[in-house]
Amino acid sequence: MQDTPLTNLAWLLIAIPLASAAVLLVGGRRTNAWGHWLGVVAAAAAALLGIGILIEMLGLPEAERIHDLHLFSWIPAGDLSVDAGLLVDPLSMTFVLLITFVGALIHVYSVAYMEHDENRRRFFAYLNLFVAAMLVLVLADSYALLFVGWEGVGLASYLLIGFWNQRTEYAVAAKKAFVMNRVGDMGMLIAMMLMFASIGAVDFETVFAAAEGTNEGILTATGLMLVLAACGKSAQFPLQAWLGDAMAGPTPVSALIHAATMVTAGVYLIVRSAPVFEGAPTAQLVAAIIGAITLLFGAIVGCAKDDIKKTLAASTMSQIGYMVLAAGLGPIGYAFAIFHLVTHGFFKAGMFLGAGSVMHGMGDEVNMRRFGALRRSMQITWITFGAGWLAILGIPPFSGFWSKDKIIEAAFVGEGWQPWVFGPIALLGAGITAFYMSRLFFMTFHGKARWKESEDSANESDKDLPVQHPHESPLLMTVPMIVLAVGSVALGGLLAIGDTFTHWLEPVTGHVEHHDPVIAIPVLIGATIAIVLAGAFIAWRQYAASAVPVTPPEGSVLTRAARVDLYQDAVNEAVFATPGARVTEVLTEADTTVVDGAARGLGSGAVGLGTWWGRLQTGFVRSYASIMVVGVVLAVVVVLATRV
Amino acid sequence: MTLVHYLVLSGILFSIGAVTVLVRRNALVAFMGVELMLNAANLMLVTFARMHGDLHGQVIAFFVMVVAAAEVVIGLAIIVSIHRTRGSASLDDANLLKN
Repeated sequence: MQDTPLTNLAWLLIAIPLASAAVLLVGGRRTNAWGHWLGVVAAAAAALLGIGILIEMLGLPEAERIHDLHLFSWIPAGDLSVDAGLLVDPLSMTFVLLITFVGALIHVYSVAYMEHDENRRRFFAYLNLFVAAMLVLVLADSYALLFVGWEGVGLASYLLIGFWNQRTEYAVAAKKAFVMNRVGDMGMLIAMMLMFASIGAVDFETVFAAAEGTNEGILTATGLMLVLAACGKSAQFPLQAWLGDAMAGPTPVSALIHAATMVTAGVYLIVRSAPVFEGAPTAQLVAAIIGAITLLFGAIVGCAKDDIKKTLAASTMSQIGYMVLAAGLGPIGYAFAIFHLVTHGFFKAGMFLGAGSVMHGMGDEVNMRRFGALRRSMQITWITFGAGWLAILGIPPFSGFWSKDKIIEAAFVGEGWQPWVFGPIALLGAGITAFYMSRLFFMTFHGKARWKESEDSANESDKDLPVQHPHESPLLMTVPMIVLAVGSVALGGLLAIGDTFTHWLEPVTGHVEHHDPVIAIPVLIGATIAIVLAGAFIAWRQYAASAVPVTPPEGSVLTRAARVDLYQDAVNEAVFATPGARVTEVLTEADTTVVDGAARGLGSGAVGLGTWWGRLQTGFVRSYASIMVVGVVLAVVVVLATRV
Repeated sequence: MTLVHYLVLSGILFSIGAVTVLVRRNALVAFMGVELMLNAANLMLVTFARMHGDLHGQVIAFFVMVVAAAEVVIGLAIIVSIHRTRGSASLDDANLLKN
């Protein structure tokens, strides 16, 4: 075994941002002046250390790239013993680099974006806390420690969605995200309990080694619970409703947590738990089906939203649907799921930052019907956003092409009905994605301006339009956007050519033989590009070539349904919230009548008995004496009677 | 005359004392009833001591006498004190502790 000094320092990856968060939270106002830079430095230091570990790992032969660093004995309790340790392997390092690199860029961006917010220091403390928790999540070597990170990112997400909690609807959105995540967390907990009950451990090594010999029923149950956990964290059907509202948080948060990193934790969980799913084909199929449903769901919702951030959120949901679908396809999909996750992390974070830049220049307006023709006044944003747009469309040679195309190919692999269902859905999803992302792009940057520069406009038809002074954002914001745009352009090709990325993950996901899809690959690529171009063309004709109405048209039934997220809230309200409230009412009623009634009855009974006995206290000495005599006589009678 | 007669006498004395305590209103008379009950008990203790042929009962009888002497002092003191403050030695009037 070669010496690996940097890998042994992997705990610093977590400790640095955590320490920074602690300093910022404990230090309070005193750190206001320099707190945001401390946050940036902490994230950047973690990123540098991550790169160092990566270089060290690349120098090792493939078989030695998996390190399990024991930290301390965490829960020693007889048979149940959980150790805290870090698992440093190609999969976790991929995430570490994504989190720290994109995270550091978004920290830099936030310095400028949050400049006028008096709570900027607290914002950076939460961001650092998030980075630390997310790193715990991906570096953990047991489900128990992973769960710590899992809850930590949930907390950070809650705090950041509700960062502007002076607005009630934002606070409600934060609460909604928190509660819906708890549903998934229950799945995670039950999965861990099942592992304890059947295997007796929750660390990856033992569980995965024992998975092969475990009863398939238990593995299926565990797998389904893990899928439920993934659904909660990754906003997959049926727990998808929180992601759209989570856009209440500041835009850098949406970029980092609700696009690039946290929401992909579910995909990580499924890929990491590969040996469990290996023995549970039903759970795997459920994951694929959920991915396919969410993929279409998010895409349909994205077509109807006029809020730029909510469109991006719907798109995130849909893209994660792709990843979950790929992860649900089994070993052939794992590497592509992670690959798409990485490229998506770059281009979606880049587009969110672009959206933030647009909002910055347009006075926090998010309605795309109030945008238009912004390409002239915000050129850097336009170009960087354009790179992300082409990447998510999957136009070669942009990043998204390399990863999404592989997933579509993998969806067409298999036997029986599956390739004929998953494949066309993935293909259709790509077309819808092209439509709504182009719609977003054209509505924002192209077409006619649906705002005006100044009040005294010569044109009579402009008089109802709002006055805006769009301007390009400062360097601190544009530089991260440019870096992410470069990633959106080049990262995919760089990692895909020669299958570099797939080989890199092989120590974890295993080597997979090439499978031929049911349709020839060149035909598939051609079909994908054709359908994408068709989607983009329809969007161009509708939203760039013709005028976009400022007030949304009534639209078809489907449009109206998609505007309210296909009635997801109504369904949740009807199926869960209202019956839940009813159950609560019944329980409250039962509590007041039965439980409280019993307690109160006991009390009043004692009072009544006391009053009744109290009548014996007449105040006449002779009556007391008679009672005593009667008592003594009775006692004597009893004693004598029992003696006989 | 067997020793059983002493026991019967003791029982009669005790009953008289108990009834006195129960039926008389005057505190002093009731007090005398109490003394009578104590003496009845003493008589029984001594009789049983004699029956069993050991001295335990007699020893306890002495104890009872001592305690009775002390009790008489305190009891009379209380009765006198009540009579002085309330102008009555009736037991039924002394009911202030009822509530």
